[in-house]
Amino acid sequence: MALLQISEPGQSTAPHQHRLAAGIDLGTTNSLVASVRSGAAETLPDSEGRHLLPSVVRYFEDSGHQVGAAAKAEATHDPLNTIISVKRLMGRGLKDVKTLGSVLPYQFVPGESAMPLIHTVAGDRSPVQVSADILEELRQRAESALGGELTGVVITVPAYFDDAQRQATKDAGKLAGLKVLRLLNEPTAAAVAYGLDRGRDGVIAVYDLGGGTFDISILRLSQGVFEVMATAGDSALGGDDMDRLIALWMMEQAGVSDDVNHFLQRRLLHEACAAKEKLSECEDTDLSLHLDNGVQWRGKLTRRRMDELIEPLVKKTLAPCRRALRDAGISAGDVQEIVMVGGSTRVPKVRAMVGEFFDRDLLVDIDPDKVVAIGAAVQADILAGNKPEDEMLLLDVIPLSLGIETMGGLTEKIIPRNTTIPVARAQEFTTFKDGQTAMALHVVQGERELVEDCRSLVRFELRGIPPMTAGAARIRVTYQVDADGLLSVTAQEQTSGVQAQIEVKPSYGLTDKEIETMLRNSLDHAREDMEARHLREQQVEADRVLEALQAALREDGDKFLSSQERTAIDQAAEKLAQLRNGDDHRAIRKAIEKLESVSTVYVDRRMNANIHKAMAGHAVDEFK
Amino acid sequence: MSSTLTQNHFELFLLPQRYVLERAELDARYRHMQRSVHPDRYASASDRERRISMQQATQINEAYEVLKDPLKRGRYLLELRGHAIEEQNSTHQDPAFLMRQMELRENLAQIREQDDPLQALDRLAQTVRSQYQALESELARALDGDADFEQAVTLVLRMQFFQRLQEEVQELEADLEDEFY
Repeated sequence: MALLQISEPGQSTAPHQHRLAAGIDLGTTNSLVASVRSGAAETLPDSEGRHLLPSVVRYFEDSGHQVGAAAKAEATHDPLNTIISVKRLMGRGLKDVKTLGSVLPYQFVPGESAMPLIHTVAGDRSPVQVSADILEELRQRAESALGGELTGVVITVPAYFDDAQRQATKDAGKLAGLKVLRLLNEPTAAAVAYGLDRGRDGVIAVYDLGGGTFDISILRLSQGVFEVMATAGDSALGGDDMDRLIALWMMEQAGVSDDVNHFLQRRLLHEACAAKEKLSECEDTDLSLHLDNGVQWRGKLTRRRMDELIEPLVKKTLAPCRRALRDAGISAGDVQEIVMVGGSTRVPKVRAMVGEFFDRDLLVDIDPDKVVAIGAAVQADILAGNKPEDEMLLLDVIPLSLGIETMGGLTEKIIPRNTTIPVARAQEFTTFKDGQTAMALHVVQGERELVEDCRSLVRFELRGIPPMTAGAARIRVTYQVDADGLLSVTAQEQTSGVQAQIEVKPSYGLTDKEIETMLRNSLDHAREDMEARHLREQQVEADRVLEALQAALREDGDKFLSSQERTAIDQAAEKLAQLRNGDDHRAIRKAIEKLESVSTVYVDRRMNANIHKAMAGHAVDEFK
Repeated sequence: MSSTLTQNHFELFLLPQRYVLERAELDARYRHMQRSVHPDRYASASDRERRISMQQATQINEAYEVLKDPLKRGRYLLELRGHAIEEQNSTHQDPAFLMRQMELRENLAQIREQDDPLQALDRLAQTVRSQYQALESELARALDGDADFEQAVTLVLRMQFFQRLQEEVQELEADLEDEFY
């Protein structure tokens, strides 16, 4: 049962219950969880006062696992079972993963979808499960710090993440038992943190160089509305790659051949990363590496040398910057604030090159490691319903064009990149053969003309098309991208009105069935009684539905409902309230559905009135 | 799935059905409406409310996208007036116009051979931009002033030519910059 805290008197005009919500930055290298407490967003530390949680999970033979600093400490000793940078594997296939082979030394085994599993001594784990283990750790930390169960979270993703990578993140949240209120783009989250901090309207660019991903987003802030104008990036470029360049140099200096074993590889990267961080403060640093032949190699790396090594990489980030500016229709000089996000932006060379590109001072005051989580916490607080008066709104975009495969292996773009979401587009198809009842669609993401150069997202099979003569059917396929940036497809045959059934086959994702299985098999849930879990879930849902309904009826039940309709709703609500205290979760579920069913007209009328009020409201107001 | 919005894009924004519009006004109304209906307001609400919210926000985004773009807005107005433009371009353009297009295309094709390609491209981009803007003004006159729909159709088709050209200019600009920097 979620603990509902009553807010302090004076903080709101009417007593309302504060829902516990958190923002989670699920990073490649480090993760954080933050929440709004007493009006301020702050990251939550663990019992030892550490805010950052290394995104490292170590698996043991007895099926146990360890998350965070303790796991990271052992990474060099147990590289095959200590999973780092799992974010790089989310929504990716074996081929993608093989190009990362030199950086990530794991043993991969094929899974049911094209996303491979990682072989560990605890069994084969999907990257989604590994991420869920990290999220679980953060959940426990948050619930411990906040003193109650979380009602919802916002999880951030790189803006440049495609649909498969986003879906994998959402699935991880589900596996960790979290209600994901929104998938929020990391640069947007950072813009929120800074935007609210500085309180100035204008154009903001967010340069986000994380461990494994790079994003550049251009936003316009106007009276609390953050509107993304354009976004670009590279979902396989980050601070880890800087480490690799330094490591390669070290190998050269130490006379180590290309063919290094996993242990040495880990030690090299660890030393490279430490050197990189040290050189952000100092002009040079000593290096020490234990080689395989027992020799302890010592060397020295200067900041100048490191700058030379990483310059091509930083240069690579400027191309997406140019593209984003072009797509936004502005020049570098039009940008008023540049926000730096991600630990790697502490490197002086990065700041120098980015500062030069925009010809402006950079905003670095909010800790670049924490800024994303903080922005996410602010959004979570609002989405959970704690701030009904707040005017903040985030209007984000789809980062990559969506298209479908057409004849000859070509793509036809349906939704261009940088279109504001949510967005829907429709296409009409017809049948080739007489009596054809099914149709297949292949959806891809990317900017290229050929399907093979784009990212395969998902294959849809439409079934149940009423049989007709060839060419007579008018099948309207609607592609909808929601506020999380996730695609769903519906199809309807227009002449008959029949809705086609859609079978979804994600190219790099888990099916609902796989998730259910993982949920059932996951350790925590095996111990817990599934029945008790379902009961609790339905009770929480019942409470939410009843509370929302009562609030609405108090406000306008008289206006929108006839006495007959009102009676039906009251009766269904009464029934639900009774069953809620029982222990039959199926009965509660049915009662919820019944209540929602009789409330449909009420909901529709309210929503309709709401938008008309919004339309009319502005004509009356003076706008600034 | 009930879509509660039957208004056309102009009606949705309470704007008169004219080509010329005040961009600042459109933007302000857009933000105002999204504040009310956007899924962010319904993240913790019921499935049905979330679904309707998404539909409404989607429709508002669609209307905004059409109204804020000069070419899309022109096409849309013509559609409302019963002069919808087919997807295929009409080739019934004035020969002088086609000549001009060919010249611009040739210019584009030869950019790489110039001494300073980026600067040459920038000059071409400016030319294309100013000609596009000139078309906008003419279209405003045709639609709002004279109600000359035939002329409006011609102008919109010309704007399409220019928009495609603009896209090619941008693509070349992207390639040149990536090679240069």
